[in-house]
Amino acid sequence: MTTMELESWELALAGVLVVGLAACTLSAKLGVTRSLLIAAVRMVVQLSLIGLVLKKLFEADNPWGVGVIALVMLLVAGREVSARQKYRLRGMWGYGIGTGAMFVSSFAVSIFGLAAIVRADPWWDPRYAIPVLGMLLGNTMTGVALSIDRLTASVWQSRETVEARLMLGETGSEAVSDLARDALRSGLIPVINSMAVAGVVSLPGMMTGQILAGNPPGEAVRYQILIWLLIAAGCGFGMLIAVRMTAGRLFDERDRLRLDRFRR
Amino acid sequence: MLQVKELSFLDWGPLSFSVDCGECLGISGESGSGKSLLLRAIADLDVHGGTVLLDGENCNDHPGATWRGRVAMLASESRWWFDSVRPHFPEGVDESVFGKLGFPGVEVMDWEVPRLSAGEKQRLALARLLALSPRALLLDEPTANLDARSAGLVEEVVAIYREKRKVPVLWVGHNEEQLERVANGLLRMQDKQLAKA
Repeated sequence: MTTMELESWELALAGVLVVGLAACTLSAKLGVTRSLLIAAVRMVVQLSLIGLVLKKLFEADNPWGVGVIALVMLLVAGREVSARQKYRLRGMWGYGIGTGAMFVSSFAVSIFGLAAIVRADPWWDPRYAIPVLGMLLGNTMTGVALSIDRLTASVWQSRETVEARLMLGETGSEAVSDLARDALRSGLIPVINSMAVAGVVSLPGMMTGQILAGNPPGEAVRYQILIWLLIAAGCGFGMLIAVRMTAGRLFDERDRLRLDRFRR
Repeated sequence: MLQVKELSFLDWGPLSFSVDCGECLGISGESGSGKSLLLRAIADLDVHGGTVLLDGENCNDHPGATWRGRVAMLASESRWWFDSVRPHFPEGVDESVFGKLGFPGVEVMDWEVPRLSAGEKQRLALARLLALSPRALLLDEPTANLDARSAGLVEEVVAIYREKRKVPVLWVGHNEEQLERVANGLLRMQDKQLAKA
């Protein structure tokens, strides 16, 4: 069984739907028409380009090529995490913490999944490596960004309480322990909820893609289970690191609360 | 003895003074004159220059948290983060302090925080601070929300603690009449400097 080929004019037919939506948002003065159209065009261009890149990558069969693409994906994800913060760390720290957390949550977990579980030959085979890394980055990015944002925003809001606890001789990490716990919980709950309804309410994108591509559902399910487990682990470990490092930057070596290190 | 040497923060100072063990130094000044900032710098909550010594020990030789456990600051507005009063206190607290501060007794520990009045919070914050057995007290307007009777109780509890434990006390306030009553000496914060009042 092969996939039904999609012609460009057929895709354009789906595009008409979005153009119709844009016309509606314009007449309703929602103020999102421009960004809707730009996002749609960006999506088409970016995906077409990555299609070309992946085609080349699969043909080249070169580990360095895979490494460079993976690195670019990681850096963009790290930037995205720091861009989603309301209160951002000054200097390279904001970017560094986001990227470091994405490295652990996606990069390291992907390598583990590819080398120890999927065991393609070679293990970095781009047909496996790039989609797995992409799935992990896309899903863990939200969780990591959310947990850091939640921590900094709540500390900012209850800075007086945090300092009151410092005045009673608590260390910085003791003084924010409740807030850090809340931040981790708020980052993990979406992952837990999505796993809980996977297959019942939602058919995950990767599985849908495989089924559409003609793979037997049983096979698609096994890969989807693997991906979900990797995402859950990656999200959790990435958030632990991100929250701990951010909490560390909230205080200096004298355990003073240093909100001046953050900017709105 | 609490010694403050060449202390500077933001564009205040350098400020130097000392408070002997068992003595109380009052600090007055208009609001916004930097009295609270002075206490924060001594508690090492803000970045500052100069040195602070407690009984000859340098602030920088101890971790920040250890220092603040010894040189304890009472903020002008208290903060509470658990639902009830008890978890804010360490184990084995001397329960007689509640009666001395005008509470019915130790059952105040089971009171719920949202139901406390401003004055109750302020008095309980003092009890919470003293429960840590600090070796120096930095009090920022400790009777601001209190009526005369409660203010008197707070003054008495601080005086007893100061004399019994022989700890230096810095008392920041704007009521000079009260400061003259509770303190052995009085300084005034003006133009970012301290002067004899």
